[in-house]
Amino acid sequence: MQRTHTRTTASPNLPPIMIDLAATPTTCSQHETRFGTRDAPRTTQLLIEAGCTERQYWRDLWRYRELFYFLAWRDLLVRYKQTFVGVSWSLIRPFLTMIVLTVVFGKLGKMPSGGLPYPLLVFCGMLPWQFFSTAMAESGNSLVMNSNLISKVYFPRLVITVSSVITSFVDFLISAAFLVVLMIWYRYAPPAAVLFLPFFVLLAFGASLGVGLWIGALMVQYRDFRFIVPFIVQFGLYISPVGFQSSVVPERFRLLYALNPMVGVIDGFRWCLLGAQNSIYWTGLAVAVIDVIVLVASGIWYFRKTEQTFADVI
Amino acid sequence: MLKAPSTTPAKPNPAITIENLGKRYTIGHQQAKGDGMRHAIEGAMRAPLAWLRSRRQEKLQQVDFWALKDVSFQIKQGEVVGIIGRNGAGKSTLLKILSRITVPTEGRIRIDGRIASLLEVGTGFHQELTGRENIFLNGAILGMTRAEIIRKFDEIVEFSEIEEFLDTPVKRYSSGMYVRLAFAVAAHLEPEILLVDEVLAVGDAAFQKKCLGKMGSFAHSGRTVLFVSHNMEAVRSLCQRVVWLKEGRLHQDGKADEIVEDYFNSTFNELPFSCANSDYGLIIQKVVLKNDRGEESSQFRPGDDLVVEVSYNAQKRIEKPIIALGVLGINGSCFTSNMLLDGHRPDFLEGSGQITCTFRSIPLLPQSYTVKMIVRAANVRDLIISYQEVAYFSVVGDLAEYGYKGEYLNWASRSTHVVIPYEWQLPDGTTAMVSLSAPASTI
Repeated sequence: MQRTHTRTTASPNLPPIMIDLAATPTTCSQHETRFGTRDAPRTTQLLIEAGCTERQYWRDLWRYRELFYFLAWRDLLVRYKQTFVGVSWSLIRPFLTMIVLTVVFGKLGKMPSGGLPYPLLVFCGMLPWQFFSTAMAESGNSLVMNSNLISKVYFPRLVITVSSVITSFVDFLISAAFLVVLMIWYRYAPPAAVLFLPFFVLLAFGASLGVGLWIGALMVQYRDFRFIVPFIVQFGLYISPVGFQSSVVPERFRLLYALNPMVGVIDGFRWCLLGAQNSIYWTGLAVAVIDVIVLVASGIWYFRKTEQTFADVI
Repeated sequence: MLKAPSTTPAKPNPAITIENLGKRYTIGHQQAKGDGMRHAIEGAMRAPLAWLRSRRQEKLQQVDFWALKDVSFQIKQGEVVGIIGRNGAGKSTLLKILSRITVPTEGRIRIDGRIASLLEVGTGFHQELTGRENIFLNGAILGMTRAEIIRKFDEIVEFSEIEEFLDTPVKRYSSGMYVRLAFAVAAHLEPEILLVDEVLAVGDAAFQKKCLGKMGSFAHSGRTVLFVSHNMEAVRSLCQRVVWLKEGRLHQDGKADEIVEDYFNSTFNELPFSCANSDYGLIIQKVVLKNDRGEESSQFRPGDDLVVEVSYNAQKRIEKPIIALGVLGINGSCFTSNMLLDGHRPDFLEGSGQITCTFRSIPLLPQSYTVKMIVRAANVRDLIISYQEVAYFSVVGDLAEYGYKGEYLNWASRSTHVVIPYEWQLPDGTTAMVSLSAPASTI
């Protein structure tokens, strides 16, 4: 590889920040510029300064975009190595839970199903819930699990947490295939509202990521969360409308109930997949959307704030 | 110090400019806080005001520790710089800041060029994955793109010499194979600036040499290398310049040979080694090295006598201890004096005294060496003093004076430590005597 020392100000690729730096050398600026294609000769400049948050962070995140894939790929590969039934585990788990919840809530609890096959109702709730709970648990643990990477190489740490959500998302897709089978079995065609499903998937993704960022960053400092997370997962299954419909919740508590972002997500899934019987509760949905936005934004904020000290405290 | 981007490429920027760099760690912080979060939450709930106040006080009580302080220097493009210092001198902290793993508390750094760091061989390797999978994973973690890895894949495999095991999980690899594969990936990064931390401490001698060779060729191709090591020979052979850190500050900066020598002399001055075993009541007061004139020294010439003098104080009577001394170079043990081997054990040690061992006309090539010592109890099994480094010395001298005239003398002399007298008999009838202990004699 050749090296070039020329810093061509005329280069169209030159980001304006470069000029900022040149004009005001006293300002806090940590940045990196690179031009040329990925494998071609390029000039890189980097300024590391005390007390400055990195401005080129998001550019770095883009540069390391392939690492999202590689880390998720690693986790998936590793997860089912030396298991007997392999990937089937991501079907067996929700399937068994579905049966238990159907029996407990449907048969024993005699919860209303609104004329729907109870297993279908449960599975539509299970799908986003399982995604949320595994994503939260895995992304919460992700930084500590990868502490060897954090203390030895640089890359934006967000990659670790986000890729563990992606890993759980792959499981979600596998379970979703099972839902299709289940719907065919019950000869149940989804309504037109199914087109809105991606929106609710995104909402579930956001909720998982937001919570995951918080827990992941907190876990670096406070390992207490290792005990808190399984508790949230267990508890959450019963306070979220997984085994029942949220319509069984008394009207005056519904707004309060909607503060749990998974209420909006699960209701949304049932609305999209199972149709009009589950009319959507718009206020609840709005609350869920705000919830998720706040979670993600504050999660990124806290993560970025503590990220620089990860290597020192982990 | 920052100039506007100039259009004149004539004068290359320094590769790395470090200004007043400081890194503070706060110690005692976590102990003061109790176990994790409970203390924090409990305190805050019980008495919010008192909690806030105590937090402020806690801040005052914390002990600050500066791992690095006021470090400034520049590294030019294409320079190969060694960073040396004792443990805790701030070497690794410096590399961690340069490679952006942690942030500095003070100061700033400007880096010009694509930078890659190698703080550990095999970072991110996963035990369950195969060699092939790990090449991709590790490459990506070190900052290579997928396309880059695919392009260099064959080269990496060839360098690592593990072709047949490419599809075996690395957990089944021998440690040698593991390290070879890991280094192969790292060796194919193509940064303009490379930071290396003590990676050569792993693997066998042959592998270490291969790594050094790769790093050498990397340096020769005009790239900038920062190399942290305790291995003075490696530093001296690879680097033109050495930065010596001491207690977080820049202590010396200059030509490799000079600084390494100063460093060696200082390790000599900082010692002599002492230690104690309270169970046996044995105190090793000091271990000093002397030359054949009885003067303390840390420098010897090939063929000199090396006297190791161990001063002890045995508060209890120690029956029939077994003492062994070893002289080691970077490639491992050179020779030993071992009472287990020769059977000359003292009947007992009691009170103060000295044991000396004289190694006659040491057949060592000019390099740096370590003396290690072990003291065993009479039953052989129990250790009174575990095997540890007790002294350092270097052998200096111009091999040409001893009749060595090989063309690649300096390079070849790194490959071994011990040379005993030998004699060549060549087809044309000439006989050549080679000896380190005697002056040159060629017939």
